[in-house]
Amino acid sequence: MDTFIQLTINGFTLGSVYALIALGYSLVYGILKLLNFAHGDVFMVGSFIGFGALQLLGGSTAPKVPTWLLLVLITLAAMAGCALLGVVIERFAYRPLRNAPRIAPLISALGVSFFLAYSMQLMFGSEQRDYDAFSLSGGALFFNGFDIGNVRVPLLRIVIVASAFALMIVLWLLVTRTRTGKAMRATSYDREAAAMMGIDVDRVIVFAFVLGSALAGAAGVMFALRAPTDVAIGFLAGLKGFTAAVIGGIGSIPGAMAGGLILGFAEAFTQGYISTRWSDLLVFVILIAFMLVRPQGLFGKPDIKKV
Amino acid sequence: MADEETRRERLEEGVPAASATAGPQIGVDEWVARSAERRGGRGGRLGVVEARLRTVPWWAWLTLFVAIVAALPVGFESGYVRRVAFDTVIFMLLALGLNVVVGWGGLLDLGYVAFYGVGAYTYAILSADRYDLHLPVFVSIPAAAVVGGLVGLLVGLPSRRLVGDYLAIVTLFFFQIFLTVSNNSDSIFGEDRAGGPNGILNVEPLSLFGRELPVSTEGIFNVAYLYVALAFFVVVFVALRLANASRTGRAWRSLREDPLAAELMGMPVNWLKLTAFAFGAAVAALTGTLVTALNGSVFPQTFEFPLLITVYTMVILGGAGSQAGVVIGAIGISVLLELLREPGDSRFLFYVLSVLALVGTLRFSRRLAIVLGGTLALGFVVHSLAGAIDGSWTAGAARDGGRLGEWATQWVVVPSSLASWVTPVSYIGLVAAVLTLTLLRGRLRLALLVPTLYLAAFVWENVMLAKPEPTRFVVLGAILIAVMVARPEGVLGEKRVEIV
Repeated sequence: MDTFIQLTINGFTLGSVYALIALGYSLVYGILKLLNFAHGDVFMVGSFIGFGALQLLGGSTAPKVPTWLLLVLITLAAMAGCALLGVVIERFAYRPLRNAPRIAPLISALGVSFFLAYSMQLMFGSEQRDYDAFSLSGGALFFNGFDIGNVRVPLLRIVIVASAFALMIVLWLLVTRTRTGKAMRATSYDREAAAMMGIDVDRVIVFAFVLGSALAGAAGVMFALRAPTDVAIGFLAGLKGFTAAVIGGIGSIPGAMAGGLILGFAEAFTQGYISTRWSDLLVFVILIAFMLVRPQGLFGKPDIKKV
Repeated sequence: MADEETRRERLEEGVPAASATAGPQIGVDEWVARSAERRGGRGGRLGVVEARLRTVPWWAWLTLFVAIVAALPVGFESGYVRRVAFDTVIFMLLALGLNVVVGWGGLLDLGYVAFYGVGAYTYAILSADRYDLHLPVFVSIPAAAVVGGLVGLLVGLPSRRLVGDYLAIVTLFFFQIFLTVSNNSDSIFGEDRAGGPNGILNVEPLSLFGRELPVSTEGIFNVAYLYVALAFFVVVFVALRLANASRTGRAWRSLREDPLAAELMGMPVNWLKLTAFAFGAAVAALTGTLVTALNGSVFPQTFEFPLLITVYTMVILGGAGSQAGVVIGAIGISVLLELLREPGDSRFLFYVLSVLALVGTLRFSRRLAIVLGGTLALGFVVHSLAGAIDGSWTAGAARDGGRLGEWATQWVVVPSSLASWVTPVSYIGLVAAVLTLTLLRGRLRLALLVPTLYLAAFVWENVMLAKPEPTRFVVLGAILIAVMVARPEGVLGEKRVEIV
């Protein structure tokens, strides 16, 4: 029972990080119908920007600001940096290919992903970077918290899950309650018709990249708070975030959240009960089976082609 | 094409282009109206040569090419050159196989390298000591290709249900599954099946007609392997060429251009996708056998993501869809990656390519003289200023000197030790400057070009020469994006026209 609770907590944390990444894929795919392969690497860059900001603020052993402010500041720094990166990627790698054959932006996205990963390695090396969240306020983030049975739920996990969900709710409100959100939904429904109605489609697309990349940046910081980061994490994290988006139904926001959590639980439980070595394999086999049975995902609508 | 260039030049000079809006007239079909433009070659003497060359049949080119590669070992005694030539032929084979899927089928296969691995592992299992099967080469190599093709069929099967991008994802998952299985193959249900990260060792070398081909004689790469690889290349090239000219080949291309229309014409779209997949996979598996036979071992680390991107860059750069194109792409990228390994070669490559690129874009004009002169002058000024402020800023030695290296350090600032912030700041600055360049036109562009070139030289000398490994892949990624954005049809590819 204790193991079960522990694994549930792990699954929840991991799942909310995946959900944040998945949202970035979903937003961009919903509007551009483009698989942004570079998204995982934007996430990785986010974790590095967070690390850089942490060092500027004195590191986790001697921070210059209170812990809560420190966490907020590094998350904001990562979000801002990644948003900028997302805009640059869209402007230079995807926009020129807006009307090219479908395969062209996908290949360009592969190139961006590769370029980002190895540029980071070129600049910062391939050593692991540890936020060392344990040293913050003398381990308060790990020792404090509440208990379920014999298992302690550390404060850090609560903070990660809570802030991830807060971000998702903000995004949800943004997309459903604001004018820009309405424009986004209209664009994803029919780009040409939206353009004819006077919606600046380019701006909407840029906005989707800003939102998605900022969420990836936040996810990068959350990921790196619980485990060391390095330049190679982008690929697998991106793949899993994408998997989550597909499970939930790509293009759907609640779908991305649900998919992220499902994937997080699947991974945590296979790691805990079956084997760490084979957990990735199981996750991918589940996914392929899922895609065969229900390709449109949990919340997606089936893709009907009109001629 | 010529029109496009003059238009661009006019735009650069700030002249409002009248021809920019002069598209086809009303009532004229765009595709038909531009047919002369598409068919018409270059004018002048170059055009005549081009037209003559175009009448040379493809098999003559192939023979000439094979003869040149085959003659390489005669001219070069060193085992290094032979080994590089062998690797290049391997890359050519891989690129030809990927071309079937991406260039002809128009499908994004991100699991391609896994099929290469499947072939390599199959061959190793059939001929290594581990299982003691030791099948003859004439059985094991075709068997590996067939296994590769079958696995390709199996992986392609989901494409029946999955449209478009999902196929890319399923193949990517297959790639991950292959990596997970091969890396953990030392305990599949508790048993050691294929060595895991330690791979399979002691794979037999090739043996033809009862004679074993040693991998190296007296420490020098055995040239017989180059010839075997070349023979494979010829067979694959001709076979694929014939396949492409056949009914199936035409069907593949129609599938690429418009799957929906192809389906409505009654083509078995799913079956076509599957065959394209299987053909590509079989070629990759076949290539895998050769490499395994030469190396005498197979490790999962060989089949990682960077290899996939490398093969993709070859196909895209050369021109997806054109066999000659992807072969040229494979040679270009393979040689490029080899040169980037050595700081001396890498530096040479950088300066030569920069000057060539400048000549190519600016031609021999006053602007070229201004840019080159300006960059040189800027360099000497910055160098002497930096030296005057602090001697250690210019005291660094060139990596892997040579004469060019000595000259370079007289011009580029090479500090004896770099502060930790210099690397990211200069690198990000360079990327930003290059991106900004693509947005500017006219004088501003020339003005920014000068400092950008100098910054590029600085970054190349100080950052990239120090780390050849990431540099090679950064260059690959940049090529991939640049080709896609600037010339999606690659060097020799057919230009694709979307008909709406």
